Amino acid sequence: MSKATGIHDMGGTEGWGAAPVPRPDEPVFAERWQARAFALAVLSIRLSGTNLDAFRHAMNRLDRRDYLDDGYYGRWLHGAENLLLDSSIIAQGTVEARAANMSGGSAEELGPPEPNKPDYAPAAAGSLREVSSAPRFAVGSAVRARAFDPPGHTRLPRYVMGHTGEVVIVQPAQVLPDTNAHFQGENPQWVYTVRFGSAELFGSDAEPFALHVDLYEDYLEEAP
Amino acid sequence: MTDERVPIELRVEALEQLLVERGLIDSAVMDKYIAMYETDVGPLNGAQVVAKAWTDPDYKERLLSDGTAAVAELGFKGPQGEHIVVLENTPAVHNVVVCTLCSCYPWPLLGLPPSWYKDPAYRARMVREPRAVLAEMGLRLPDDVEVRVWDSSSEVRYFVLPSRPAGTEGLSEEQLVPLVTRDAMVGVAQVTP
Repeated sequence: MSKATGIHDMGGTEGWGAAPVPRPDEPVFAERWQARAFALAVLSIRLSGTNLDAFRHAMNRLDRRDYLDDGYYGRWLHGAENLLLDSSIIAQGTVEARAANMSGGSAEELGPPEPNKPDYAPAAAGSLREVSSAPRFAVGSAVRARAFDPPGHTRLPRYVMGHTGEVVIVQPAQVLPDTNAHFQGENPQWVYTVRFGSAELFGSDAEPFALHVDLYEDYLEEAP
Repeated sequence: MTDERVPIELRVEALEQLLVERGLIDSAVMDKYIAMYETDVGPLNGAQVVAKAWTDPDYKERLLSDGTAAVAELGFKGPQGEHIVVLENTPAVHNVVVCTLCSCYPWPLLGLPPSWYKDPAYRARMVREPRAVLAEMGLRLPDDVEVRVWDSSSEVRYFVLPSRPAGTEGLSEEQLVPLVTRDAMVGVAQVTP
Protein backbone atom coordinates (compact mmCIF):
# COMPACT_ATOMS: atom_id res chain seq x y z
CA MET A 1 0.00 0.00 0.00
CA SER A 2 1.61 3.23 -1.02
CA LYS A 3 1.26 6.27 1.10
CA ALA A 4 -0.25 9.51 -0.12
CA THR A 5 2.20 12.39 -0.32
CA GLY A 6 -0.47 14.71 0.97
CA ILE A 7 -0.15 17.54 -1.53
CA HIS A 8 -3.77 16.93 -2.58
CA ASP A 9 -5.12 17.50 0.95
CA MET A 10 -5.29 21.26 0.47
CA GLY A 11 -8.18 22.31 2.73
CA GLY A 12 -7.14 25.13 5.04
CA THR A 13 -3.53 25.27 3.82
CA GLU A 14 -1.89 28.61 3.15
CA GLY A 15 0.46 30.15 0.63
CA TRP A 16 -1.56 29.76 -2.58
CA GLY A 17 -2.22 33.43 -3.31
CA ALA A 18 -5.42 35.03 -4.52
CA ALA A 19 -8.41 33.12 -5.84
CA PRO A 20 -8.77 33.37 -9.63
CA VAL A 21 -11.50 35.59 -11.05
CA PRO A 22 -13.90 33.42 -13.11
CA ARG A 23 -14.06 34.00 -16.85
CA PRO A 24 -17.52 33.37 -18.30
CA ASP A 25 -16.21 32.33 -21.73
CA GLU A 26 -13.64 29.80 -20.54
CA PRO A 27 -13.46 26.79 -22.89
CA VAL A 28 -13.98 23.29 -21.46
CA PHE A 29 -10.43 22.39 -22.50
CA ALA A 30 -8.02 25.29 -22.92
CA GLU A 31 -5.60 23.06 -24.88
CA ARG A 32 -6.12 19.91 -26.93
CA TRP A 33 -3.75 17.80 -24.82
CA GLN A 34 -6.03 18.40 -21.84
CA ALA A 35 -8.97 16.85 -23.69
CA ARG A 36 -6.82 13.84 -24.72
CA ALA A 37 -5.51 13.44 -21.14
CA PHE A 38 -9.09 13.55 -19.80
CA ALA A 39 -10.29 10.78 -22.12
CA LEU A 40 -7.11 8.71 -21.64
CA ALA A 41 -7.51 8.83 -17.88
CA VAL A 42 -11.16 7.77 -17.94
CA LEU A 43 -10.34 4.86 -20.25
CA SER A 44 -7.26 3.91 -18.21
CA ILE A 45 -9.35 3.21 -15.11
CA ARG A 46 -11.19 0.48 -17.03
CA LEU A 47 -8.08 -0.68 -18.87
CA SER A 48 -6.14 -1.16 -15.65
CA GLY A 49 -9.00 -3.07 -13.99
CA THR A 50 -9.18 -0.58 -11.13
CA ASN A 51 -11.68 1.96 -9.85
CA LEU A 52 -12.29 5.65 -9.20
CA ASP A 53 -10.89 5.48 -5.68
CA ALA A 54 -7.69 3.89 -6.95
CA PHE A 55 -7.47 6.63 -9.57
CA ARG A 56 -7.82 9.35 -6.93
CA HIS A 57 -5.13 7.64 -4.85
CA ALA A 58 -2.91 7.36 -7.94
CA MET A 59 -3.04 11.17 -8.17
CA ASN A 60 -2.65 11.73 -4.44
CA ARG A 61 0.68 9.91 -4.38
CA LEU A 62 2.20 12.04 -7.12
CA ASP A 63 5.08 14.24 -6.14
CA ARG A 64 4.52 17.96 -5.91
CA ARG A 65 5.65 18.72 -9.46
CA ASP A 66 3.63 15.99 -11.15
CA TYR A 67 0.61 17.06 -9.10
CA LEU A 68 0.88 20.81 -9.67
CA ASP A 69 3.02 21.76 -12.67
CA ASP A 70 0.65 20.84 -15.48
CA GLY A 71 -2.56 21.54 -13.58
CA TYR A 72 -5.65 19.40 -13.28
CA TYR A 73 -5.35 17.39 -16.49
CA GLY A 74 -1.60 17.05 -15.96
CA ARG A 75 -2.28 15.21 -12.69
CA TRP A 76 -4.98 13.14 -14.42
CA LEU A 77 -2.43 11.98 -16.99
CA HIS A 78 0.22 11.17 -14.39
CA GLY A 79 -2.40 9.42 -12.26
CA ALA A 80 -3.55 7.34 -15.23
CA GLU A 81 0.06 6.35 -15.91
CA ASN A 82 0.38 5.20 -12.29
CA LEU A 83 -2.66 2.92 -12.72
CA LEU A 84 -1.29 1.49 -15.98
CA LEU A 85 2.13 0.89 -14.38
CA ASP A 86 0.58 -0.74 -11.29
CA SER A 87 -1.41 -3.16 -13.46
CA SER A 88 1.60 -3.75 -15.74
CA ILE A 89 -0.25 -2.53 -18.82
CA ILE A 90 2.82 -0.46 -19.62
CA ALA A 91 6.38 -0.87 -18.35
CA GLN A 92 8.26 1.79 -16.44
CA GLY A 93 10.04 4.11 -18.86
CA THR A 94 7.99 3.20 -21.94
CA VAL A 95 6.18 6.53 -22.18
CA GLU A 96 9.44 8.45 -21.81
CA ALA A 97 11.12 6.29 -24.48
CA ARG A 98 8.23 6.78 -26.90
CA ALA A 99 8.23 10.53 -26.26
CA ALA A 100 11.96 10.63 -26.99
CA ASN A 101 11.49 8.66 -30.20
CA MET A 102 8.66 10.93 -31.29
CA SER A 103 11.11 13.83 -31.02
CA GLY A 104 13.72 12.17 -33.23
CA GLY A 105 15.54 10.12 -30.59
CA SER A 106 16.33 6.41 -30.67
CA ALA A 107 15.48 5.19 -27.19
CA GLU A 108 14.89 1.49 -26.65
CA GLU A 109 11.23 0.76 -25.97
CA LEU A 110 10.39 -2.14 -23.71
CA GLY A 111 7.68 -4.40 -25.05
CA PRO A 112 4.41 -4.70 -23.17
CA PRO A 113 4.78 -6.59 -19.86
CA GLU A 114 2.40 -9.35 -18.70
CA PRO A 115 -0.66 -7.52 -17.39
CA ASN A 116 -1.07 -7.90 -13.66
CA LYS A 117 -4.44 -6.43 -12.88
CA PRO A 118 -5.74 -6.43 -9.31
CA ASP A 119 -8.11 -9.14 -8.15
CA TYR A 120 -11.04 -6.77 -8.12
CA ALA A 121 -14.65 -6.65 -9.22
CA PRO A 122 -17.21 -4.13 -7.95
CA ALA A 123 -20.30 -5.54 -6.21
CA ALA A 124 -22.44 -3.14 -8.27
CA ALA A 125 -22.03 -0.10 -10.48
CA GLY A 126 -21.17 3.21 -8.84
CA SER A 127 -20.45 3.92 -5.19
CA LEU A 128 -23.86 3.80 -3.49
CA ARG A 129 -24.72 0.54 -1.69
CA GLU A 130 -27.52 -0.87 0.45
CA VAL A 131 -26.38 -1.82 3.96
CA SER A 132 -28.37 -3.75 6.54
CA SER A 133 -26.94 -2.02 9.61
CA ALA A 134 -28.69 1.03 11.07
CA PRO A 135 -26.76 4.32 10.96
CA ARG A 136 -24.65 4.70 14.08
CA PHE A 137 -25.31 8.47 14.22
CA ALA A 138 -28.42 10.56 13.58
CA VAL A 139 -29.14 14.14 12.59
CA GLY A 140 -28.18 16.21 15.61
CA SER A 141 -25.53 13.76 16.92
CA ALA A 142 -22.35 15.40 18.20
CA VAL A 143 -19.42 13.63 16.54
CA ARG A 144 -15.67 13.96 16.40
CA ALA A 145 -13.59 13.33 13.29
CA ARG A 146 -10.87 10.84 14.13
CA ALA A 147 -7.28 11.94 13.91
CA PHE A 148 -5.05 9.37 12.21
CA ASP A 149 -2.16 9.13 9.84
CA PRO A 150 -3.74 7.22 6.95
CA PRO A 151 -1.65 4.25 5.81
CA GLY A 152 -2.98 4.74 2.27
CA HIS A 153 -5.95 6.42 0.65
CA THR A 154 -8.52 8.33 2.66
CA ARG A 155 -11.20 10.96 2.11
CA LEU A 156 -10.93 12.37 5.60
CA PRO A 157 -9.46 15.84 5.15
CA ARG A 158 -6.75 16.76 7.61
CA TYR A 159 -8.28 20.12 8.52
CA VAL A 160 -11.23 18.45 10.29
CA MET A 161 -9.26 15.69 12.08
CA GLY A 162 -9.79 15.78 15.84
CA HIS A 163 -12.53 18.40 15.60
CA THR A 164 -16.09 18.17 16.88
CA GLY A 165 -19.18 18.91 14.81
CA GLU A 166 -22.83 17.99 14.38
CA VAL A 167 -24.46 15.60 11.92
CA VAL A 168 -26.86 17.54 9.65
CA ILE A 169 -27.65 14.93 6.95
CA VAL A 170 -27.43 11.13 6.94
CA GLN A 171 -26.42 10.38 3.35
CA PRO A 172 -26.89 7.04 1.54
CA ALA A 173 -24.34 4.33 2.32
CA GLN A 174 -21.29 4.32 0.06
CA VAL A 175 -18.24 2.21 -0.67
CA LEU A 176 -15.38 3.14 1.70
CA PRO A 177 -12.61 4.74 -0.42
CA ASP A 178 -9.89 3.77 2.09
CA THR A 179 -10.24 0.05 1.39
CA ASN A 180 -11.75 0.17 -2.10
CA ALA A 181 -8.79 2.15 -3.46
CA HIS A 182 -6.51 -0.73 -2.44
CA PHE A 183 -8.90 -3.53 -3.55
CA GLN A 184 -9.34 -4.62 0.06
CA GLY A 185 -13.11 -4.71 -0.07
CA GLU A 186 -15.90 -2.21 -0.54
CA ASN A 187 -16.72 -1.95 3.15
CA PRO A 188 -19.92 0.01 2.41
CA GLN A 189 -21.08 2.26 5.22
CA TRP A 190 -23.20 5.27 6.10
CA VAL A 191 -21.90 8.69 5.23
CA TYR A 192 -22.74 11.75 7.31
CA THR A 193 -22.68 15.40 6.40
CA VAL A 194 -21.16 17.02 9.46
CA ARG A 195 -21.29 20.74 10.21
CA PHE A 196 -18.32 22.34 11.95
CA GLY A 197 -18.16 25.88 13.24
CA SER A 198 -15.29 27.89 11.77
CA ALA A 199 -14.02 28.80 15.26
CA GLU A 200 -13.78 25.07 16.13
CA LEU A 201 -11.62 24.48 13.06
CA PHE A 202 -9.56 27.64 12.82
CA GLY A 203 -9.85 29.46 16.13
CA SER A 204 -11.89 32.36 17.42
CA ASP A 205 -10.34 34.82 14.94
CA ALA A 206 -11.76 32.88 11.97
CA GLU A 207 -14.47 34.36 9.75
CA PRO A 208 -17.86 33.22 11.03
CA PHE A 209 -19.27 30.48 8.77
CA ALA A 210 -20.44 26.88 8.84
CA LEU A 211 -18.31 24.22 7.15
CA HIS A 212 -19.99 21.02 5.96
CA VAL A 213 -18.03 17.94 4.99
CA ASP A 214 -19.10 14.37 4.16
CA LEU A 215 -17.55 11.81 6.48
CA TYR A 216 -17.73 8.01 6.29
CA GLU A 217 -18.86 6.24 9.46
CA ASP A 218 -15.36 4.84 10.12
CA TYR A 219 -14.00 8.40 10.27
CA LEU A 220 -16.24 9.37 13.17
CA GLU A 221 -16.53 8.73 16.89
CA GLU A 222 -18.95 10.07 19.47
CA ALA A 223 -17.96 13.51 20.66
CA PRO A 224 -16.31 13.27 24.09
CA MET B 1 14.41 11.67 -10.91
CA THR B 2 16.11 13.89 -13.47
CA ASP B 3 15.13 17.39 -14.46
CA GLU B 4 14.58 16.33 -18.05
CA ARG B 5 10.85 16.29 -17.84
CA VAL B 6 8.89 15.28 -20.88
CA PRO B 7 6.62 18.18 -21.90
CA ILE B 8 3.08 17.23 -21.00
CA GLU B 9 1.69 17.58 -24.56
CA LEU B 10 4.26 15.07 -25.78
CA ARG B 11 3.67 12.78 -22.83
CA VAL B 12 -0.06 12.62 -23.57
CA GLU B 13 0.55 11.95 -27.25
CA ALA B 14 3.10 9.21 -26.47
CA LEU B 15 0.73 7.39 -24.12
CA GLU B 16 -2.17 7.60 -26.55
CA GLN B 17 0.02 6.29 -29.38
CA LEU B 18 1.27 3.36 -27.29
CA LEU B 19 -2.21 2.29 -26.20
CA VAL B 20 -3.79 2.74 -29.64
CA GLU B 21 -0.99 0.81 -31.35
CA ARG B 22 -1.63 -2.14 -29.05
CA GLY B 23 -5.35 -2.02 -29.68
CA LEU B 24 -6.10 -1.20 -26.06
CA ILE B 25 -7.94 2.02 -26.77
CA ASP B 26 -9.65 3.55 -29.77
CA SER B 27 -8.97 7.22 -30.58
CA ALA B 28 -12.49 7.54 -32.00
CA VAL B 29 -13.94 6.52 -28.63
CA MET B 30 -11.79 9.21 -27.02
CA ASP B 31 -13.08 11.78 -29.54
CA LYS B 32 -16.67 10.87 -28.75
CA TYR B 33 -16.13 11.14 -25.04
CA ILE B 34 -14.42 14.53 -25.39
CA ALA B 35 -17.16 15.86 -27.69
CA MET B 36 -19.80 14.85 -25.16
CA TYR B 37 -18.32 17.15 -22.50
CA GLU B 38 -17.45 19.90 -24.96
CA THR B 39 -20.91 20.14 -26.51
CA ASP B 40 -23.64 18.14 -24.72
CA VAL B 41 -23.03 18.13 -20.98
CA GLY B 42 -22.51 21.58 -19.50
CA PRO B 43 -23.97 24.35 -17.32
CA LEU B 44 -26.99 24.72 -19.60
CA ASN B 45 -28.35 21.54 -17.96
CA GLY B 46 -28.14 23.08 -14.51
CA ALA B 47 -29.64 26.35 -15.77
CA GLN B 48 -32.71 24.44 -16.99
CA VAL B 49 -33.11 22.88 -13.54
CA VAL B 50 -32.86 26.29 -11.86
CA ALA B 51 -35.32 27.99 -14.24
CA LYS B 52 -37.83 25.20 -13.73
CA ALA B 53 -37.47 25.39 -9.95
CA TRP B 54 -38.01 29.17 -10.07
CA THR B 55 -41.25 28.84 -12.04
CA ASP B 56 -42.72 25.57 -10.77
CA PRO B 57 -43.14 25.39 -6.95
CA ASP B 58 -43.91 21.65 -6.99
CA TYR B 59 -40.74 20.96 -8.94
CA LYS B 60 -38.72 23.09 -6.53
CA GLU B 61 -40.06 21.07 -3.61
CA ARG B 62 -39.10 17.80 -5.30
CA LEU B 63 -35.68 19.21 -6.19
CA LEU B 64 -34.91 20.19 -2.61
CA SER B 65 -36.16 16.91 -1.13
CA ASP B 66 -34.63 14.50 -3.68
CA GLY B 67 -32.24 16.26 -6.04
CA THR B 68 -31.14 13.12 -7.86
CA ALA B 69 -34.70 12.13 -8.86
CA ALA B 70 -35.74 15.69 -9.71
CA VAL B 71 -32.84 16.33 -12.08
CA ALA B 72 -33.38 12.88 -13.64
CA GLU B 73 -36.90 14.05 -14.56
CA LEU B 74 -35.17 16.43 -16.99
CA GLY B 75 -32.90 13.64 -18.21
CA PHE B 76 -29.78 14.61 -16.29
CA LYS B 77 -27.80 11.74 -14.78
CA GLY B 78 -24.49 9.99 -15.27
CA PRO B 79 -20.95 9.90 -13.89
CA GLN B 80 -20.38 12.22 -10.92
CA GLY B 81 -24.11 12.55 -10.38
CA GLU B 82 -24.99 9.44 -8.38
CA HIS B 83 -26.50 11.35 -5.47
CA ILE B 84 -27.30 15.04 -5.87
CA VAL B 85 -28.16 17.33 -2.98
CA VAL B 86 -29.56 20.77 -3.85
CA LEU B 87 -28.80 23.74 -1.57
CA GLU B 88 -31.10 26.75 -1.74
CA ASN B 89 -29.64 30.23 -1.57
CA THR B 90 -31.90 32.87 -0.01
CA PRO B 91 -31.39 36.50 1.02
CA ALA B 92 -30.36 35.17 4.45
CA VAL B 93 -28.27 32.08 3.56
CA HIS B 94 -25.50 31.71 0.98
CA ASN B 95 -24.19 28.25 0.09
CA VAL B 96 -20.94 27.63 -1.78
CA VAL B 97 -19.37 24.34 -2.90
CA VAL B 98 -15.73 23.21 -3.01
CA CYS B 99 -13.75 19.96 -3.12
CA THR B 100 -10.58 20.32 -1.09
CA LEU B 101 -9.23 16.82 -1.85
CA CYS B 102 -9.54 16.87 -5.66
CA SER B 103 -12.15 18.77 -7.66
CA CYS B 104 -15.39 16.76 -7.38
CA TYR B 105 -18.17 18.51 -9.26
CA PRO B 106 -21.71 17.60 -10.45
CA TRP B 107 -20.82 16.74 -14.05
CA PRO B 108 -24.34 15.88 -15.30
CA LEU B 109 -25.58 19.36 -14.32
CA LEU B 110 -22.56 21.58 -14.88
CA GLY B 111 -20.16 19.64 -17.11
CA LEU B 112 -16.47 19.52 -16.26
CA PRO B 113 -15.22 21.98 -13.63
CA PRO B 114 -13.86 25.40 -14.67
CA SER B 115 -10.23 26.28 -13.97
CA TRP B 116 -10.93 28.44 -10.91
CA TYR B 117 -12.70 25.54 -9.18
CA LYS B 118 -9.57 23.38 -9.58
CA ASP B 119 -7.15 26.10 -8.48
CA PRO B 120 -5.23 25.35 -5.24
CA ALA B 121 -6.12 28.79 -3.86
CA TYR B 122 -9.83 28.06 -4.22
CA ARG B 123 -9.54 24.52 -2.83
CA ALA B 124 -7.39 25.54 0.13
CA ARG B 125 -9.00 28.81 1.15
CA MET B 126 -12.74 28.35 0.55
CA VAL B 127 -12.96 26.22 3.71
CA ARG B 128 -11.01 28.74 5.78
CA GLU B 129 -11.97 32.25 4.67
CA PRO B 130 -14.95 31.98 2.31
CA ARG B 131 -16.01 35.62 2.50
CA ALA B 132 -12.52 36.80 1.58
CA VAL B 133 -12.33 34.32 -1.32
CA LEU B 134 -15.79 35.24 -2.61
CA ALA B 135 -14.88 38.93 -2.47
CA GLU B 136 -11.72 38.27 -4.51
CA MET B 137 -13.90 36.48 -7.05
CA GLY B 138 -16.27 39.42 -7.28
CA LEU B 139 -19.03 38.55 -4.79
CA ARG B 140 -19.31 40.72 -1.69
CA LEU B 141 -21.85 39.38 0.79
CA PRO B 142 -23.48 41.54 3.47
CA ASP B 143 -22.28 40.69 7.00
CA ASP B 144 -25.71 39.45 8.06
CA VAL B 145 -25.83 36.71 5.40
CA GLU B 146 -25.03 33.28 6.84
CA VAL B 147 -22.29 31.54 4.83
CA ARG B 148 -22.40 27.75 4.45
CA VAL B 149 -19.48 26.00 2.76
CA TRP B 150 -19.83 22.40 1.50
CA ASP B 151 -16.70 20.28 0.94
CA SER B 152 -17.50 17.43 -1.50
CA SER B 153 -15.50 14.69 0.19
CA SER B 154 -17.81 11.74 -0.61
CA GLU B 155 -19.74 10.77 -3.77
CA VAL B 156 -22.53 13.20 -2.84
CA ARG B 157 -22.58 16.06 -5.33
CA TYR B 158 -23.85 19.46 -4.22
CA PHE B 159 -25.67 21.88 -6.49
CA VAL B 160 -26.67 25.43 -5.54
CA LEU B 161 -30.13 26.76 -6.40
CA PRO B 162 -29.46 30.51 -6.65
CA SER B 163 -31.97 33.16 -5.57
CA ARG B 164 -34.23 34.35 -8.36
CA PRO B 165 -33.32 37.98 -8.97
CA ALA B 166 -35.86 40.73 -8.37
CA GLY B 167 -37.33 42.17 -11.54
CA THR B 168 -37.66 38.81 -13.32
CA GLU B 169 -41.23 38.11 -12.21
CA GLY B 170 -42.59 38.53 -15.73
CA LEU B 171 -40.08 36.18 -17.38
CA SER B 172 -40.95 32.66 -18.51
CA GLU B 173 -38.94 29.54 -17.72
CA GLU B 174 -37.33 29.72 -21.19
CA GLN B 175 -36.43 33.38 -20.72
CA LEU B 176 -34.86 32.70 -17.31
CA VAL B 177 -32.52 29.92 -18.49
CA PRO B 178 -29.91 32.21 -20.12
CA LEU B 179 -29.64 34.33 -16.96
CA VAL B 180 -28.41 31.40 -14.84
CA THR B 181 -24.62 31.13 -14.76
CA ARG B 182 -22.38 28.23 -13.86
CA ASP B 183 -20.71 30.35 -11.18
CA ALA B 184 -24.06 31.00 -9.46
CA MET B 185 -24.79 27.24 -9.39
CA VAL B 186 -21.53 26.62 -7.48
CA GLY B 187 -22.15 29.60 -5.22
CA VAL B 188 -19.40 32.06 -6.19
CA ALA B 189 -21.81 34.49 -7.86
CA GLN B 190 -25.43 35.55 -7.77
CA VAL B 191 -27.82 35.67 -10.71
CA THR B 192 -28.49 39.17 -11.98
CA PRO B 193 -31.42 40.16 -14.19
